[in-house]
Amino acid sequence: MADNFKNSKKPIKASIWKSVKVGLIAFASMVIIAYGFEITQVDLEELRSEKRQESLVRVTRALAKPDLIEYDKEEIIFNAPVMIPCPATSMDLPEPNLNQPYLLVEPACGAPGDVVAVKGYNFAPNSEGPLRFVPGSDPSNVVTLGRDVVETDANGHFEAEFTLPKREGEGVQFIRASLQRNVGSPHLTRTAYDTWDKIVETVFLALLATIFGTALAIPLSFLAARNLMKPVKSPLTKAAMSLLGWPIGAVIGYLILVRIGQLSDLIGTNLWINLLTVAVSGGLVTLGLRYAVPESEEEEKVSFGTRAKRISLVIGAVFFLFLGIFQLSTLMRTLGMTLEGSLGKFGFIGYFLFQAGDIFGLSAPFVGALTAGATLGSMLGKVGQKFSETLPSSTLRIINAFVATLAVGITFMLIGFLIEWLYEIGNPVYTLWYPLGIGGALGLAMALLTKPNEALPVGMVIYTITRTMLNALRSVEALVMAIVFVIAVGIGPFAGVLALGLHTIVSLAKLYSEQVESILPGPLEAVEATGANRLQTIVYAVIPQIVPPYISYTMYRWDINVRMSTIIGFVGGGGIGFLLQQNINLLNYRGASAQMLAIAVVVASMDYISSVLREKTI
Amino acid sequence: MLEIKNLTKIYPGGIKALDNVSFTVPDGQFLAVIGLSGSGKSTLLRCINRLIEPTEGQILWNGKDITAASVDEMRKIRRHIGMVFQHFNLVHRSKVITNVLAGRLGYVNPAWSLVNRFPKEDMEKAIAQLERVGIADKANSRADELSGGQQQRVGIARALMQDPEMILADEPVASLDPVLAHSIMTHLEDINKKDGVTVLCSLHFLDLVHRYSDRVVALNAGKLVFEGDPKDIDDVKFKEIYGREAERVG
Repeated sequence: MADNFKNSKKPIKASIWKSVKVGLIAFASMVIIAYGFEITQVDLEELRSEKRQESLVRVTRALAKPDLIEYDKEEIIFNAPVMIPCPATSMDLPEPNLNQPYLLVEPACGAPGDVVAVKGYNFAPNSEGPLRFVPGSDPSNVVTLGRDVVETDANGHFEAEFTLPKREGEGVQFIRASLQRNVGSPHLTRTAYDTWDKIVETVFLALLATIFGTALAIPLSFLAARNLMKPVKSPLTKAAMSLLGWPIGAVIGYLILVRIGQLSDLIGTNLWINLLTVAVSGGLVTLGLRYAVPESEEEEKVSFGTRAKRISLVIGAVFFLFLGIFQLSTLMRTLGMTLEGSLGKFGFIGYFLFQAGDIFGLSAPFVGALTAGATLGSMLGKVGQKFSETLPSSTLRIINAFVATLAVGITFMLIGFLIEWLYEIGNPVYTLWYPLGIGGALGLAMALLTKPNEALPVGMVIYTITRTMLNALRSVEALVMAIVFVIAVGIGPFAGVLALGLHTIVSLAKLYSEQVESILPGPLEAVEATGANRLQTIVYAVIPQIVPPYISYTMYRWDINVRMSTIIGFVGGGGIGFLLQQNINLLNYRGASAQMLAIAVVVASMDYISSVLREKTI
Repeated sequence: MLEIKNLTKIYPGGIKALDNVSFTVPDGQFLAVIGLSGSGKSTLLRCINRLIEPTEGQILWNGKDITAASVDEMRKIRRHIGMVFQHFNLVHRSKVITNVLAGRLGYVNPAWSLVNRFPKEDMEKAIAQLERVGIADKANSRADELSGGQQQRVGIARALMQDPEMILADEPVASLDPVLAHSIMTHLEDINKKDGVTVLCSLHFLDLVHRYSDRVVALNAGKLVFEGDPKDIDDVKFKEIYGREAERVG
């Protein structure tokens, strides 16, 4: 109200100020652009030079003719003798065979710079090729001078003028016509085949990177979505106990999983025994979970006996689940190795089985550690929740002080451990005990300064940490990541998959989370109002809403990955980039053009596929 | 019985949406909540199932204090309170049957529901509820393929899946034409009369209030300005509720 009043009172002054402001902004923009010219060295002088223009035209024309199709060539070469300068005595030149292709040079000698007439007879009709001077007296010399190109008429005849170069010699030198003619039907060039091989590699490299990246980006994107994380609050007791549970659970889980792995190794690598164990484990897991996890939540309290029975069943099921995974890994490796040899052209299926089995076996301990960490974290968190709801606040404060000190202290110690590993400081006082002390003090302060069961914004803390990590990793270009992965797994497309995959995770997680932030809040509210928990709310109200944008972003990312893999190849990350870089370095612009065309075709067709897919899913 | 005692909600930024509101709703009553847009009707309804945390005051339901319930207890309470929204709040891209089954989420085991597995009796129940609101043939359509009136019926079916003892209806007919409005209100009335479900329904049109509600509470700028029989709203009361410049239409 007050602002409106002021404006209406002094309308003229306001408008002058406005013009001045616009003028200032315009002037400032001019200055910025002017400075940009200086910094980026905008200069057309170079472009005007004849040499640059000539090269530009040559390269542009080469780029316009991708090296994809060629004819077999038939070449006719004839060397005509010529003398520079004319000898004192008369020349004794051999007579050409008039039934064969031949050249006549008139006169057959001259001073450097003289123009002589060159006539060709009996060449193949409509053929073309260079007309060059061959220095020295050896007609088989491959070095030639000059730039002239000649073309025969329908009778295989041509006439041209030729300027003798400054190459004086005692004996006879030669003028050579090497005329080529297309024979047969056109066929694909070697470059075309190479390009095809590499573009297939590129598409699959980008596909795998996108699949791995997407799979990991989806859960991360929920953690980085403000609207989902903001309502997540929990009392300090719950947060601290959960934080304490994660590392302890992870360590225990890892140790147990390594033991299960050893147990699985004891069983050995017999195909049938492995198959049997996998089947039996699968059956036991399904049965155990069916029995232990009821379909509806019971209203009344479950008796202690039933509860104990259920928990032991779940533990048993988890044991057999991981034993099954280890056995499956062994089975897949054995099967893969056999199949790779025997399937011939489809041996790649065996290769896939072997490698996937290897990945299973290698990652199982880490998955187990993560699962155990999450389980213990959530279990202790539940206990903490119960404490904060039931205990009197004085008792709660003591418990808070204890668990918060321990939890934050241990977290800081783990960070210190990471720093120690990275920088090899070698002094446990600095990297372990100081962080433990500082973290413990912070935790204690937190416990003392907050109300005992105040709801802390845990969600926003996780959100901030996730976002920061995503942003930091996203700022590392895939090219740089590729260099690191080339060191880790060697030169080749796999390094490219890992580099692009990691970059895909961090950039997609950000884009996805922004989609989550822009969903309609109504359905979320409605599902929450039915008494659904957070996970159910996400599955029933969030995920259906984000499917179309997720698909379109994933397709776009695949497209980006195809284009990025052209760069990744420059540092040894596989894909078509290697070929492209090679051709550019060899100044083979027609070859490079073929690869650029292939990339363009792939990108365009992926755009088409993605639009069709999006239409189907919206 | 639902007792609201001295309920106050102050939003961050200092806006007082509810100001010391107290009233009681006996079981099985159809209570209309009226007032201008922004008078606090939606806030009041959302405080009852704590989609919005009240700042002060108590809400007692059958003697239990909803405002003091823990997260888990609140989930269990919410299962028995169905909610119907002005904009239906269906998940557009999901099937109608999935939207209806979402009403069971508080009852089923979370682990199974995450992989979209519901007990057989719940599936049958969902079809039965859709039959009750007359759109069983649309069970496998996508929610956004339905018209507004049909979507609101899905919303009601979803609320019914909860076996509710109370339904909070937040302007359930404000986005619908008059004919559809009556059809939706009839469904709510039917649920109220036949199943004995308490209904708290915020409404804009007084003729709907007269026709369907047993009792009415009116809010103006967060304050309770009227409580009683709908017939008792005369011209003086009307101006008190809707402001001095308001004119009665219809």
